[in-house]
This record gives sequence, structure tokens and C-alpha cells, in this order.
Amino acid sequence: MRREAALNAAILVALIAVPAWAHLSDEPFTITLATRAVILALAAVGLNIALGIGGMVSFGHAVYFGIGGYAMGILASHAQSYTPMELFGLSIEGTKSMLVIWLVAVVLSALAALVIGLLSLRTSGVYFIMITLAFGQMFFFFSISWAAYGGEDGLSIYVRNGFPGLNTLVPIQYFGLCLAILLVVLWFNARLARSPFGLALNAARQSPARAETVGLNPMRLRLVAFVISGAITGLAGALFADLNRFVSPTMFSWQLSGEITVLIIIGGVGRLMGPVAGAVVFVALEHLLGGLTEFWHIYLGAALLLVVLFARGGLVGLIAGRPGGGGGGHG
Amino acid sequence: MADAVLSTHGITKRFGAVTASEDVSLELRPGEIHAVIGPNGAGKSTLIAQICGGLRPDAGRVELLGRDVTGLATPERARLGLGRTFQVSALAMEDTVLQNALLGALGASGRVWRFLGAALGDRALRAQAEEALGRVGLAEHAAMRVSELGHGQRRLLEVAIALTLQPKAFVMDEPMAGLGADGSKRMTAFLDGLRAEAPILLVEHDMDAVFALADRISVLVYGRVIATGTVAEIRASAAVREAYLGEEA
Ligand SMILES: Nc1ncnc2c1ncn2[C@@H]1O[C@H](COP(=O)(O)OP(=O)(O)OP(=O)(O)O)[C@@H](O)[C@H]1O
Ligand SMILES: [Mg+2]
Repeated sequence: MRREAALNAAILVALIAVPAWAHLSDEPFTITLATRAVILALAAVGLNIALGIGGMVSFGHAVYFGIGGYAMGILASHAQSYTPMELFGLSIEGTKSMLVIWLVAVVLSALAALVIGLLSLRTSGVYFIMITLAFGQMFFFFSISWAAYGGEDGLSIYVRNGFPGLNTLVPIQYFGLCLAILLVVLWFNARLARSPFGLALNAARQSPARAETVGLNPMRLRLVAFVISGAITGLAGALFADLNRFVSPTMFSWQLSGEITVLIIIGGVGRLMGPVAGAVVFVALEHLLGGLTEFWHIYLGAALLLVVLFARGGLVGLIAGRPGGGGGGHG
Repeated sequence: MADAVLSTHGITKRFGAVTASEDVSLELRPGEIHAVIGPNGAGKSTLIAQICGGLRPDAGRVELLGRDVTGLATPERARLGLGRTFQVSALAMEDTVLQNALLGALGASGRVWRFLGAALGDRALRAQAEEALGRVGLAEHAAMRVSELGHGQRRLLEVAIALTLQPKAFVMDEPMAGLGADGSKRMTAFLDGLRAEAPILLVEHDMDAVFALADRISVLVYGRVIATGTVAEIRASAAVREAYLGEEA
């Protein structure tokens, strides 16, 4: 428990120190990499609630990431072209306000998670993986054929969206904003894991029969967790699109679902900081190895294999040992 | 009978060619321990699953407090007042003993949709969980992980969780299994006192315990109840001796 707290603090300090150093020595690209890591971590924190606490191996979380991305792309593109969006006879204005975009991203991805959860949570194991993957592919191919919003080419946004009091185009400011969101969500995640809901969800994963026998409905618990999970990953999608000022069908791709899953496994499934540790390592590998060889995915695969074979709790588990018990829930 | 707490009426369940329950009618009356005995594979666990909601009978119905609960799911039956323990412990193994007991109190309270406060910080739930652990003698193991508990302690935790539900009826599937002579004796004494709180439908292989505890016994063989009666009546029954006791005693 102690060691995990120390490790968590160390990860956070590194996450702040590296971009701060980069800012001072005028290395904006490093800040962009750190921002990318923070956003991928946020997406993975979302998935980790479903996967780590709830035990739902969703292989389609790109759906929510993509919905968040397209929420940003569509709203901002209407705003930059000064043409309202026509929807069911309604005329909706676009917006360049991040707050509005985030709200739309969260609501839409939560709704999608609700529908997909209702349809797929009746299954488990491999079937659940396949169904969530199938939903991901559905959204992927839909976005490819959605010519109004760029189809295969995606959508570019000229200027990053705005946040009150910040100049989001300054890399360190946008990084700070994303980091703040990640910290708030991590705080929520830590509380959730210890909450009555977290206790019940955690028990429903370990022994559904036990949960039912004390009057809890595992399906309902999982569905709520799935919706929360999708909403968080959706928010990350909106931030990711804003980072790149670009959104394309790749945000819906199964590779992206896979990457979010992989970085959780590298960091530690069900551990509070697992997704963060995983994302930092993932982005670092992607950048360092990606510069050396175009086959960097092979090395990533090898790293993953080592983690699965020798460090079942991921990097966090390797360094901090098993999750603490007495203090209450996992995080 | 109208005043039965829990009753089954002509329950039948088939798995392909196997008839696991055939026209089983039982009742559990206030204040009693009603033991269900029978050889391995007689259909005792299947019967419990139908009473508690994991399995749906092909025919017949289950009533709890005069209400037909045959169509209700397990969690709903639990909230109406069924406290079940499993033949093979079903516990959250990575969680602590206290967390497991707290889960019972939480389920019973129905106040699960809380996302921020700490579960262990809920005084009322915690008191309920700690009291139940104290009653089965697990208080000093509260902070231990279930995976570190011995087999017998896990059986006790199963009972403690059922206690936190403050059920109207207990349904226990072999609570003595694997307890050893000492453990069995203590569990027997505990269940003896428990019947005053709520009646117990007790599936058990340990005949010493059954004869010591049961107000009534039903004998299940190949899914059918071949006899129901007091300890003396069952002991004296020729049919029971032949079908079941004869093999063991
Ligand atoms: N899900 C199932 N599918 C098929 N057959 C089953 C199923 N569950 C139980 N059975 C069969 O039904 C019969 C009754 O099983 P059950 O587990 O109820 O017996 P039991 O009396 O509890 O036995 P034991 O004393 O060993 O616990 C057995 O023949 C068993 O193989
Ligand atoms: Mg059995």
C-alpha cells in the first residue's frame, strides 16, 4: 500500500516535471508527447473502470474515444464554417467552446455505452469481446462512409478550441488543462473504487453468485460501470482530437481499442495508476522505438509478453506488489 | 399450510434424462430447522438453487412469506428475506473478510448507488458487518483477505454474510462440509441458537449435526422426497433405512 502510494506520487511528479522542463528549455514537441500520454491515460482510466474493477473485457472502447473525437470535430467544423448543423429539422450551431464540446462528448459516449452495454452485457468471455469489437467496427465503417464529415480523410480544425482564461494553443497550457482533467478523474476513480458501488462492482466481478445472493444485481452494476467508463473514454477522445486538431476514423479503429487495452495491461489492470504508468511507457516506447525502427510494434509486443508472463500486475504490480486489502477497495 | 415462511409446491426439474427434482413439496415453518438429507446427487443443491433463484423449475412454485416468488430473480428473493449459504464458498476472494461482510449489509440496505463516500466509512453498515463477524467468531480476522483464510473460516464467513441480511429464512447448503469435528460442533451450537431468529432449511451430510439440530427431516432420493418427519420418525422409517441410511449407518 505504502509503496504503491509512493510509486503513484513518483509517476505524477514525473508527469509534471518532464513537461515543465520541456517548457523551460523550449521543447514543445516533448510537451505534446506528454499531453498525448495524459490523454491516452485518461482514455485508459475510463476502460480500467470497466476492465479492472468490473471485469468487462471491452475490445471496443475506441467507440467512445471516437465519439468524443467526432463530437469535437463536428461541432468545431460547423463553428469554423459558420454553418449550423441540420438535425431532425433542428438547426444546431457549432461551437468552439471546449466546455460545451466536452459535455456533448460525455453525454453521447455515455448514451452509446448504455445501448452497447444493454446489448452486450448479457454475454461474457469471448462473446463479450467479440460483440464489443463488432460495435467498434460498425462505428469505424460508418465514420469512413460519412462523407459529410470527411469520410476516410477525417476532419481538420484550424484553431484549437477555447477554454475560459487559457490560451489553449500554448502547449504547456493545454497540457495543464488535460492533466487537471486526468487528476480529477483519477480522484473520482479512487473514490469510486472504495465506494459502496465500487465494493459491489468489485464483488460482482469476483463472485457474481455472491453479489446476487445479498440482493445485488451484477448486470445493473456492470451496466452503470460501463456507462461511466465509456463517458470518461469519450471525454479523452474529445481532448485527443483537440490535441491533434484533427479527427479521423482511426479513432474508431480496433487498433486503438487494442492500444488502450495494452497500456492498461502494461501498467497494471485494476490499479489506480496502472493506465497512467502504461500510457507514459507506451508513448515513450512509441516515440523512442518508433524513431529507430518502423517495426516498433514488435518490440511493444515483446514488452507486453514479458509483462503478461512475468509481471501479472503490470508495472505497478511489479514495483508496488499486490494491491492493499485492509484499507478498502482497489484503486 | 398458511403460516410456512418458505415453501415449495410440486417443484420439478429435469436435466435431460436426469430428474433432479420431482414433485418436491416442502415447507419451512417459523422457528424450526428443517433438514434435507439425501445421497450425493440426490438433487439437494438443485432444490436450493430453485428456492433461491439460480434455477427455474420446469413445474411447481416457490413461496416466500405467502408470496409466489417463482418468477423472481435471485437478488429480488434475497431482498425479500432469503439468506443463503453455498456448498462451495462463493466469496470475493481478493477482498477482506470485513469487506465481504459489508457487502451483505450493503445489499440488504439497498443503498448501493453511492459513488464517492467510502463503503468502510458507513458507520451503520460497518456496525452490522462487524456484529455478524463477531457472532461467528471472525472479528479478529476482519482485516484478512479471504484468500488467506482457512476453509473452515470461509464457511463461517458465508454464514456471517447471511446474518448481515437479517433474513426471514436461512437456506444453508452443507455449512458443516469440511469443518472437522470441532468446527462442526461449534457450528451446530450456533445454528441451534439461530433458529429463534429465522427458521433454517438445512442441507447437510453430517448426520450427527442433523440429528442434533433438526425439528423435521426430509429425505431426498433421486429428486423425490421419500419421507418427511421428526428425527425419531425418520430414524425408524424402514423406507429411509433402505434407501439411504442403510448405506451409511
Ligand atoms: N446444471 C446441471 N446440468 C445437468 N445436470 C445437473 C446440473 N446440476 C445438477 N445436475 C445433476 O442433477 C443431479 C442433482 O445434483 P445436485 O447437485 O442437486 O445434488 P446434491 O444432492 O446437491 O449432491 P451433493 O450431495 O453431492 O452435493 C445430479 O445428477 C447432477 O449431476
Ligand atoms: Mg449439493
